Amino acid sequence: MKTLTTKLLTTVGLGTALLLGGCEMPPPESSQWGYRGTGMEGLYDPDRLQDVADNNVVPDAIPAVPAVGPKASDIYKNVQVLGDLSVGEFTRLMVAVTQWVSPEEGCNYCHVAGEGFEADTLYTKKVARVMIQMTQNANENWDQHVGGAGVTCYTCHRGKNVPEYVWNINPGHKVASGMKNQMQNVSSVAAGLSSLPVDPFTPYLLDDRNGRHAGTTALRDGGGVSMKESEWGYSLMMHFSDSLGVNCTYCHNSRAFFSWDESAPTRVRAWHGIRMVREMNNEYVEPTTDWLPPHRLGALGDAQKVNCETCHQGAYKPLLGANMIKDYPNLARLAAAEPEADLDEGMDMPESQGDVSADMTTGGDQ
Amino acid sequence: MSMMSFEKKYRVRGGTLLGGDLFDFWMGPFYVGFFGITTLFFAVTGTALIFYGAALGDTWNIWQISIAPPDLSYGLGLAPLQEGGLWQIITICATGAFVSWILRQVEISRKLGMGLHVPFAFSFAVLAYVTLVIIRPMLLGAWGHGFPYGIMSHLDWVSNVGYQFLHFHYNPAHMLAVTFFFTTALALSMHGSLILMATNPRDGEPVKTGEHENTYFRDDIGYSIGALGIHRLGMFVAVSAAFWSAVCIVISGPFWTRGWPEWWNWWLTLPIWY
Repeated sequence: MKTLTTKLLTTVGLGTALLLGGCEMPPPESSQWGYRGTGMEGLYDPDRLQDVADNNVVPDAIPAVPAVGPKASDIYKNVQVLGDLSVGEFTRLMVAVTQWVSPEEGCNYCHVAGEGFEADTLYTKKVARVMIQMTQNANENWDQHVGGAGVTCYTCHRGKNVPEYVWNINPGHKVASGMKNQMQNVSSVAAGLSSLPVDPFTPYLLDDRNGRHAGTTALRDGGGVSMKESEWGYSLMMHFSDSLGVNCTYCHNSRAFFSWDESAPTRVRAWHGIRMVREMNNEYVEPTTDWLPPHRLGALGDAQKVNCETCHQGAYKPLLGANMIKDYPNLARLAAAEPEADLDEGMDMPESQGDVSADMTTGGDQ
Repeated sequence: MSMMSFEKKYRVRGGTLLGGDLFDFWMGPFYVGFFGITTLFFAVTGTALIFYGAALGDTWNIWQISIAPPDLSYGLGLAPLQEGGLWQIITICATGAFVSWILRQVEISRKLGMGLHVPFAFSFAVLAYVTLVIIRPMLLGAWGHGFPYGIMSHLDWVSNVGYQFLHFHYNPAHMLAVTFFFTTALALSMHGSLILMATNPRDGEPVKTGEHENTYFRDDIGYSIGALGIHRLGMFVAVSAAFWSAVCIVISGPFWTRGWPEWWNWWLTLPIWY
């Protein structure tokens, strides 16, 4: 009897410990995002908030240097995108980029020792050039998304050669022979471990598929999308939530997801973000596919692309909204392209995004 | 006076929990009792305050009237009447009325000399309400986590709170609660149709007996739980539905702040998969 009681107590104790082991303990931090009583709010475990704070520390800025003296293009050869900078500013930025992207490899991550700085031997240097243009473009043309903080290389790289969170087109998982791969119904990392579609990125962040799934009429008017396609949208939204560490009510009042009138202003920022990331992937990342080495390509031979998590990394604003661009104004706007660039990799600048906000408030799109 | 022939023998004094003989009488068909008085007091006060709140609001549209809880910034303190204070008093009134009703059921059960099955079952419905507007807000640290009192607005709250956890169908306790609710509906519909069948025979045939009912389900699904058993089962599934509802919302927030799909990571990382 005593043994039985002991065993019972042990089992109950272990069971309780297991159940509670997976739990967080009250009270969490909470923040209200909507009118009282709407349930638009976020709940945060304090330990996790501390993790986010620890993971989003901005490195000290390198002391600024005056924009005087000879230009970088006068001193160095083949400076295609930063030639207008003074040589002091240019050197400072190169040092910063090295700290942000290749702190261990140093300059030699992009430049071959003894070969001269102008050589484009390494693919990493060509990627760096494209990425600097991408960063400048984001800061100059996507104020609606990155305004107030801006982006630098560090926003995504955080001291790593390749940002920790990038994506490739998902080739799909194995399914039994004769079965069609539905690209869903397995644990989807992209969709926060739900069984929602495994690749919400390709349709929305590479292709320009419209995310609007709700009909505009009470009964289906034939213009809607299938239930399956609307689950792609749900999957993408799961990615948004996970990337930003927020829930659906950070942007939406879920009683009418589609309604801009009832949504939070954050949703407008996200709307621009979708289009910004789409442009980054199409105008900057995709063109590098041809000359990237195989180990930088995905299973389907595509380059590693950007999504929300690439920058946000679990924070509602990357680096919790810290403004790094004020210390690196050279990344804040597109530099004038060097007219006599002699390398065939030189690329055209995408046009500015004057029309993206067209009619957004009427809910005509996305 | 409306009193059924057998009712007289149950109209006995005593069995009260509070107040002794004070309110131990009937008014027409209704037993009054101490807790009948408190129920009436809380219900009338609460309802009057809801009307007051509606009058302060911007609509008389029955669907849109809403008495919202305070902003989270008030924490567990009192809020001004028009900024959630009404909600707080109405919550006290509602809880007072519901609990009074449970205790009134207890008193009547004692008079009838029966078990406390009815108040026990009803208390689970009250537990679910109390969990939503008192226990969970206290665990979360603010009355503002309660749901608003309005026909549409409380549904909107339910929707948003579900989406606070990205996909609420992944909440394990919610799964149990939903399953028990559906099972309750299934069991009740099967039982109800059986009783209607037995008590509404064809013209000229006598009302069927328990044997007939048992035979029907033994033919149909190979088993009959019996006349007493179905009520025990019904009590179990219905009480379980309310209980797991309370559990599924009290763990959402106080004990888990992330998306519910993510909670299942323990399953995905079990060593049996690799």
